[in-house]
Amino acid sequence: MDFNDTPEEAEFRAEARAFLSQHLKPKTPGALRSGGREDFLARAKAWQKTKAQGGFAQITWPKEMGGRGGTVMQQVIWGQEEAKFDAPTGPFAIGLGMCVPTVIAFGSDEHKKRYVEKALMGEEVWCQLFSEPAAGSDVAGLKTKAVKDGDEWVINGQKVWTSGAHYSDYGILLVRTDPNVPKHKGLTMFIVDMKQQGVDVRPIHQASGGSEFNEVYFTDVRIPDSDRLGDPGMGWKVALVTLMNERLAVGGSPGPDWKEIMDYARSAGTLSNQAFRAKLADWYVAAQGYKLTKFRTQTALSRGETPGPENAIGKIINANHLQDICNSAIEMQDHYGLIVDKDEAPSDAIFQESFMWAPGLRIAGGTDEILKNIIAERVLGLPQDVRVDKDKTFAEMN
Amino acid sequence: MNFDFSDDQKFLRDEARKFLEAQCTMAHVREVLDDDSKSHNEGVWQKIVDMGWLGAAIPEEYGGLGLGMLELCVIAEELGRTLAPVPFGSSAYFFAEALKLAGSEEQKQALLPKVADGSVIGCIAVSEGPGETSAGNIATRLNGGTLSGKKIPVTDGDIATHAIVLAKDGSGASLVIVDLDQSGVSRKPVKTLEPTRSHAVISFDGAAAELLGEAGNGMPLLDQINDRAAVLLAFEQLGGASRCLEMANAYAKERQAFGRAIGGYQAIKHKLADMYVKNEVARSNAYYGAWALSSNASELPEAAAAARVAASEAFWYASKENIQTHGGMGFTWEVDCHLFYRRAKLLAVQAGSPAVWKEKLVSALEAKND
Repeated sequence: MDFNDTPEEAEFRAEARAFLSQHLKPKTPGALRSGGREDFLARAKAWQKTKAQGGFAQITWPKEMGGRGGTVMQQVIWGQEEAKFDAPTGPFAIGLGMCVPTVIAFGSDEHKKRYVEKALMGEEVWCQLFSEPAAGSDVAGLKTKAVKDGDEWVINGQKVWTSGAHYSDYGILLVRTDPNVPKHKGLTMFIVDMKQQGVDVRPIHQASGGSEFNEVYFTDVRIPDSDRLGDPGMGWKVALVTLMNERLAVGGSPGPDWKEIMDYARSAGTLSNQAFRAKLADWYVAAQGYKLTKFRTQTALSRGETPGPENAIGKIINANHLQDICNSAIEMQDHYGLIVDKDEAPSDAIFQESFMWAPGLRIAGGTDEILKNIIAERVLGLPQDVRVDKDKTFAEMN
Repeated sequence: MNFDFSDDQKFLRDEARKFLEAQCTMAHVREVLDDDSKSHNEGVWQKIVDMGWLGAAIPEEYGGLGLGMLELCVIAEELGRTLAPVPFGSSAYFFAEALKLAGSEEQKQALLPKVADGSVIGCIAVSEGPGETSAGNIATRLNGGTLSGKKIPVTDGDIATHAIVLAKDGSGASLVIVDLDQSGVSRKPVKTLEPTRSHAVISFDGAAAELLGEAGNGMPLLDQINDRAAVLLAFEQLGGASRCLEMANAYAKERQAFGRAIGGYQAIKHKLADMYVKNEVARSNAYYGAWALSSNASELPEAAAAARVAASEAFWYASKENIQTHGGMGFTWEVDCHLFYRRAKLLAVQAGSPAVWKEKLVSALEAKND
């Protein structure tokens, strides 16, 4: 057991670090979540271009796709190092992490030529259009439909919780092309031009007050058949490839942790409180559990093993952990804990801000409940729950 | 990054598992459970002695195998899985480790080879009454090399040949080594929640005792001993918690209710997923503790405490929810669930309860982050 890089890993880490410090400033303490700034998108596009030119964009992609042809371990190391800097990466996480890999896996040579380099160089942003108002955890039950009309498909319906749709150029869109078969079998995936007529992006006013997500309405939107990814009816299989990539793309600390609340408690003079100390111990154990489990995953990765569904535990731990810490910090501040004004609130209101963000984190990208189902079914091998719609067509159920 | 056991250590684990599955079954555990006259399973104990495991982490110069702490961690997890009804932990995690840590050359030469070959069985005697033990609340007294007082409960105290005892010494406290086979020592069994591991009340009346480490240094030394034992106990707890999840999982797939296996219901699925998450958190923290222990890292105090807090929580949760998953069957004497529930409690309060370890953890974090 040791926590050291292999010589090759250390060399790559040093190279990554040198590149990063040449182009970016180290993260300032307290700046836990970037985004929302006016020039954020422009900065993100510029940084993506710099990264791509330096050979650090999409490390695991093959060289002929503009990647580095590197290992998953190098990708992990890059992620660790980039996270130490003020790197505006958000707008490209979904596109390059999930959408473009789907285009590479299922698109034509023309698609790859047209889209991959532009995305890699930060010139075009992508979004993922799966969730719908009536299809969240059960996303295969989605209703947005596509009807064939000559060489085109006509799309009508509504997507929801689409990150970055308002600044995206393209999206991958999962729609129903055949309602007369069971729900998973009637889906098809398309590339959609987000700037075309009939695509209406409306920001969601989230419970947190911000608007990082959108609703997207499709009204008689026409997509050429040549922009289909995979055969008609094969959309669910295509979507699973997209979501598999999500598992590797997601990560990073979402907000204040045991250290931040301990520092706050010390400054507030409440660190000696016995009940607080017992909770602090639990938070440390959970945070370590998360971090060290990632180390175990990395060890497996560096041996060429593939991480499995057990990674779902990370998100279950993290989201609940964040919510609990923020709640306690606010209660520790008593009545004053209500204040969200950064000039007045302790710790620049990071606890208050994350308190309102945490409920979303427990839902986005797989709810706690769905993740527990995944652990129960795929890790522990427990039987699937009864699915009353299993052998029925989509039309029969709707 | 290599945050895993080596292939050799995994081989040892596989061998230990095979050995214990054959030689230390639940029937062997129940021989002790159902017979008040049995303090431990002597047959199982002798076989474990013959395997040389007691000397796994004892250097070869003192008669051990000289493997290392990681190997002892691996063995501990397997002993925990099978609820081995033997005084292994008392002798190997506490007594031997205390000698390695603070024993004089003479003490190590005299005792470690005998711990390794099983002719000496060690234990540690700290508690005297309800609540966390401190230098201020013990009555056992060391006076010019003789010991007087009463310790209760002492895990494996009626099997052991030797004990390390915490005693008042002047204004402070000291740790002493006591040969339990002498006229100044009397002991009798005490019934506990965990009948598959024996416990004693030991009375000292002018018993001969020799210092372990410096006089007056008892409490800091005890902390160090406990930090080392905590990691090993965490592996036993992890083994037990893993077995509970396996038992609950197997039962949930087999037991039918309302026309299908209960493991198909989300109420059961989520319970088992929660067990899995807690067990993984415990495993990761235990591995970190093992790393700190084996490399003598300065992080040992917080790593040991985190390992212990996580493992105590995991085993508690897994053992109680394993009973719950089994329903009425789980509350019968014949089904093994209660044995894990009992063992979970012993391992959680031995060497300090979770509350004590949480406080140790936070104190260590405070000291580091000042």
